[in-house]
This record gives sequence, C-alpha cells and structure tokens, in this order.
Amino acid sequence: MIAVSVEEREGYSEIVVKGRLTMTGVGHLKSAVADVIARGHRLLVLNLRETEFMDSSGLGAIVGCLKVAREAGGDLRLGHVSERVGAVLKRTSMDKVLAPNGADLGDDA
Amino acid sequence: MTRLVLRVLAALSVIAGLNYIVWRWTSSLNWGAWWIAVPLVIAETYSIIDVILFSLTIWRMSERDKPPHAPSGLTVDVFITTYNEDPELVLATAEAALAMRYPHTTWVLDDGSRPELRAAVERIGARYLSRGEEWVGKPRHAKAGNLNNALQETQGEFILILDADQVPYPELLDRTLGYFNDRRVALVQTPQYFGNVPENDPLGSQAPLFYGPIQQGKDGWNAAFFCGSNAILRREALMQLGLTNYVSDTERRVRRALAVGSRVVRRARRRPEARDPRVASLLESVERAIAEGTGRLKAGGSIGEATYTVQSQVDSAVRELVAGDLARMTGDLAAIRTELGVEDDPGEDLEGLDTAVDRLAARDLSPLGALESVKAVLDAVSVERLHEAQPVMPLSTISVTEDMSTSMRLHASGWRSVYHHEILAVGLAPEDLPSMLTQRMRWAQGTVQVMLRESPLTMRGLSWGQRLMYFNTMWSYLSGFAAVVYFAGPLAYLLFGILPVTALSPDFFARFIPFMVLNQLMFAWAGRGAKTWRGQQYSLALFPTWIRACTTAAANVWFGRPLGFAVTPKARQEGGVSPLRLVWPQALMAALLVAASIIGIIRWVIGASQGLGTLVNIVWAVFDLVLLSVLVGAAKYRGYDAVAEADPEASSVTQNDASPARKSASLGKQDAYPGEKNAVSHTKEER
Repeated sequence: MIAVSVEEREGYSEIVVKGRLTMTGVGHLKSAVADVIARGHRLLVLNLRETEFMDSSGLGAIVGCLKVAREAGGDLRLGHVSERVGAVLKRTSMDKVLAPNGADLGDDA
Repeated sequence: MTRLVLRVLAALSVIAGLNYIVWRWTSSLNWGAWWIAVPLVIAETYSIIDVILFSLTIWRMSERDKPPHAPSGLTVDVFITTYNEDPELVLATAEAALAMRYPHTTWVLDDGSRPELRAAVERIGARYLSRGEEWVGKPRHAKAGNLNNALQETQGEFILILDADQVPYPELLDRTLGYFNDRRVALVQTPQYFGNVPENDPLGSQAPLFYGPIQQGKDGWNAAFFCGSNAILRREALMQLGLTNYVSDTERRVRRALAVGSRVVRRARRRPEARDPRVASLLESVERAIAEGTGRLKAGGSIGEATYTVQSQVDSAVRELVAGDLARMTGDLAAIRTELGVEDDPGEDLEGLDTAVDRLAARDLSPLGALESVKAVLDAVSVERLHEAQPVMPLSTISVTEDMSTSMRLHASGWRSVYHHEILAVGLAPEDLPSMLTQRMRWAQGTVQVMLRESPLTMRGLSWGQRLMYFNTMWSYLSGFAAVVYFAGPLAYLLFGILPVTALSPDFFARFIPFMVLNQLMFAWAGRGAKTWRGQQYSLALFPTWIRACTTAAANVWFGRPLGFAVTPKARQEGGVSPLRLVWPQALMAALLVAASIIGIIRWVIGASQGLGTLVNIVWAVFDLVLLSVLVGAAKYRGYDAVAEADPEASSVTQNDASPARKSASLGKQDAYPGEKNAVSHTKEER
C-alpha cells in the first residue's frame, strides 16, 4: 500500500513516498522523518511523484513532519508531486504553505 | 398532510406577527412614556423575529424514512470523553459501547489522566488515551483538545463521540453509518435523551422541541448541527477542516507578523538594551530578514519559504554573535591560563564551544530573549503553530461549544449533515439547580462566543438557509434582555399607571390575540404532543443566566477577559448553597410582581387607574409569575428517585440505564450543547 524510502543527496535527504499516503500509512512517513532527523540531517525533501493517493490525514502528517523538521532547525519541502496530490494541496489551500517544487532543492542547502 | 398543516400555521403566524408588530411601531407607541414604550416594542420585535425564524425552521422539517443500510467493512473509533466523572459511570458507558454490534474500537479519552481508570478500562477490553507531553504548557482546549488529541492517535474512518454518561444502544452504529454512503455527509447527529429525569422534568433537562422539530427543521435546510455527543463524524471531513483552518490561521498570523515586524524592530532599537552594539547589529539583521521574508511572499513564494528565510537568517545571525562572544571569552580564558601556566586541551574546548553556541543561540537565551516584542514577532513568523500543542486541530477551539462551531465550519466547506431522529443512547442530566445553571450558562456562553467570533451571517460558504438556522440558535440566547422588559411592563402600569401603548383599544386586541393563538397552535402542532412548556418557562425564568452569558462572552471575545464560569459541581450539593442565592433576581422580580398586583388593585379601587388596564396587566403579571414558578420546583428538586418514578413507559426507554449507582453519580458532566432547548419558544409571553 505504502512504501517510504530515504535517499541521501548532496546537502539534503530525499524521502520518497510510493503508493497511498492515508491515515493507515502515515506512521511509516512519520518514523522515516524522525529517523532522518535523528541521524542529524536537517534538510528534507519529500518526493510525492509516485504517491497515487493522499487524504487529509496524510497531509496532516506532512504538516507534523514539517513541524518536527523546523524544530530541529531544519526544513521540509515538497519536491515533485503527483497530480492527485497536487489536487489535494489545492483543495485544502495547503499549497500556500508548502508549494510543490519540481526542481531539485539542493542548491539552497 | 402534517407538514402542510404546519406550513399553513407557520405562514399564518408570521403574517399575524408582522401585522401586529407593524401596527405597534406605527400606531400604538405611547411616546409620553418612551422609556418603557420603546424597550417594549423592541422586545416584541425581537420575539416576532424569533417566531419568523422558528417558522422558517419547521417549514422544511425533514421526515426521513428508514436509515440506509450500513455497509460492512467501515472502520469506526468510539470516543468516550471524560474529565472527572465517576469511573464507575465511565466504565458502564464503555461496556455498553463495547457491546455495540457493528465492529469498532472503543476508546476512553481521559482528560483527568487517572491511572486507576486506565487499568479498569483496559481490564474490560477498551482502550485508553490521555494527553501526551506535547500538551504541557500549551492551551488544552477542554473537550475539543481531548478529541483532537485522540484523532491524532487513532485511524478509524468514522468517529462516534459519546459523553461519559451517554450509554449507547447496541444498534447505534448499524442505524447511523448508512448515511455516510453519501460521500458528502460529514455528520450524523442523534438525540440526547436523559434517563434520570422524572415525568415533570423540574430542571427542564429533556429538550423535545430541540431534538425534534428544531433539529429536523434544520436538517431540512442541511443545517442540523453537532451537539457534542451521540454523533458520528467522518474523519476525512474533520481533518480537512483542521488543514484549511491551519492554513488560514498560519497565513493570517505570518502576514500580520511580517507587516508589523519592521515597526517592532525599529521600536526595539530605541530601547536601552539596544545601545549594546552587538544587539543593535542583531536587530539590523532581524530587520533585513523580515524584509527579505516579506519580499519572498510578495514574489509569490509560499509561507513555508518565507518563514524559513526569516528564521534561518535570524538564527545564523544569532549564532554568529554568540560564537563571537564565546570565542572572545575562550581567548581571554586561554590567555589567563597561559599566564597562570595551566595546561589546556584545545580539542575538548572546541567541542564544548559548539554545544555552548547551540545552547546560547536558543531563542530564549540569546540577546534577543531580552527583547520580548521582537521575539514574539519571530515566533509568529513560523509554520509550527508554536503556541499550540498540535499544528492541525480538526475540532474548532474558538469556543467552549466546539461542537456548534465545528459543524458550522463543516457546512461552510460544503459538507452535509444528517439528523437521525431516534433515541440511540441514554444519558444523565444534572440533578440539582446549581449544576443545571452552570450547564446552561456554559451552553449560552459558548453559543454567543461563536456568534461573535465567526458569525454565520458573514461566514463564506454557507447558504442563506444555513446562516439563518445557526443565527436562530444564537438569537434565542438574547431572550434574557427581552424578559426583563416583559417583567417591567406590568410593573409600570400597576405601580405608576403608565401604559406603554396609547390605548388598550379593540385595535390592539384584534391584532394581538390572533397572533398569540396562531403562534401557540403552531408550537403545539410542531411539538406533536411533546412537553414543550418547561422549555418556554426556562427561556424567560433564567433571564439572569442568559444576560450574564451574553455580557461575559462579549467581554471575552472583545476584551479577552476570561469567561469565568464555575466548574460544574461533581456531586449534588446537599444543603450547600441556598437556592435563593442563585436565583435572587428571579425571587425579587416575583416579589415585585406580587406587590405590584396588590397595589394595582388598590389603585383601581380608589379610582387612580382604569379597570381594563388593571385587569390586562394583572393577567400579564400572573403569566410572568407562572413562568417564574418553574424555579420553585427546581429549587426543591432533590434528585432523581428511580423507585418513585416507576413509570412503565419511562423504564422501557431506560433499559440500559440499570445501575443505580449511575443515577446518583450523574453530575460533573462536561458538556456543550444546543442552545435552543430552553430558549426557543418564548414568543408567546408578551402579555
């Protein structure tokens, strides 16, 4: 249903979510983020290009992860998003807070 | 057919009401006694508007057929909220909840964090939740916070919310989940019914008019609202609400902080602390960061980007400064050590330095910590909602009646609600006057808070029907002010011979009597034999409560004053507070009305006033006294006695409410409920 993997890039960690990011799967995302932060990484990019579906609980978890990253002195950003995810971001106007960004964000780091 | 009759009665009441009130304003005002004439006609207008809103409500009274079949495979969490209720009471509810037939998970949400309750809950096979560490030092938001915390910890698609005393029937979920087949439905509310209330309902606990025609009428307008318990909610809808609210709140806060930010910094630079050149240069960096963050937003950047820009720039400036300080200090230290000839290990020092920078750069300890205003601005330029335990809060926290506010927001974002008119849970009502008064005060305060904070009249996304349905509930809580005028009316005539109308002419009776009769008929027909009289009495008799609720809620919303209501007493107070101390305004009013009636008769006997005026005003005073008399029974009420109430009908409904311990352990219930139960139908008492 959901697969979360982490890839180390130059200057940031990319968290790739594949499948369905819903209330039953948010635990995977949260623990992946907690792990990355515990390992001392500060800049996280969430890749949702292959996220087929996301509900409001999934998006709520992303906000929680953003808070965790900020409190650790870092940041969490959205990289590529699928069309479905983009629609959810628009509907809740979350794109005002977290805008998806197709480009690599490594240069900011 | 029933509905047709109701509509005819409603239309006729409105027409008769308008006919009366227009005549009152245009042709009957006694300007010579404007100080009573004008308040009276305003009070009457208030009441007519209430009748119009009620007519509008029942115009669309829904008559739903059998509920749709509940599909299998839905995931459901049952939340039983408790704060300080007797564990025995909570457990009885939890056991009944576990016994519900549709598969679900039962959770007890204990805001009292009681270890013994946890053990007992887990023993019977339910699950237990209390607030985590993140809530320490943050606003708890009472019941709304308790529910939000649980939403964070659980996963079910649907949530049934039960107050600690609301014992559900086994079929509750089967009867209600089917409504969610319509994917737009976010809420199904069922009635709240109380098992510990005697036939004559001395405290006016049952609300047959509210959990009946009023909610059914609101349902017809897609405005049936959430009443805090006995309701099923769709998690997706709640989460969506939490997110949209998070976004709008964050956006508002960040934009405001950025807008005032540079002004705050400039002011801070004139303070004595800023004479320190290090602080001055830091403030300069802060100002630059704020300017850049503002620029990012203007250039179409997201709030996430803008806040990160500001925070990271300020943080690095602070770190630079602190590191410089420390380096200087370490340098001095090293010089001293060399002078003293002490050995030193540079490696260790370097590591210590890093930690020290981290620690000192934390916002509280850095030089910025001294400049509260600047620190407040920087805290606000964030996406973490630092002042709250949770960034996303699905249930509204703007009022002590989170239920009404939440459902209004749900409706505004396009969700639908259902009122299912079938008793599916039995609860416990307060059993004494002080608890009842506290509870009503709270409902009223909460409703007025919502009205003033997020008025339905201006909320975007609501239809006009929905706006008026919510507004009606809020409007009904203004009845306290009208009540005072209705008491003053007969006093003015009986004591001083002053009549607020120009004449008690046939013109007056020809307009007033048809309105009164039609209005009573409409309520009787809508109530379908339910006992709505208690509610009518309380809507006037509790006038001091309603007035205080309005004034305290307004002071809270406009001036940030605490609401200051007492905590609901946990157990019946045996001979504690004298009831007279709680209802002295009403007692005083009653005494005045009796005295005025006697004086009025004397004045008539000696020829100081007319017979008709005296008669009409004495009838009016007696009517007021009958309304107030409800409090005599309430003050004398000594709690529910199940044996004395051996009414076969009542016991058949309360079958689940068997444990005698529960009956006495009823109070201290945290609650937040619909206003109109007592305040809706008070339009018929104007003389």
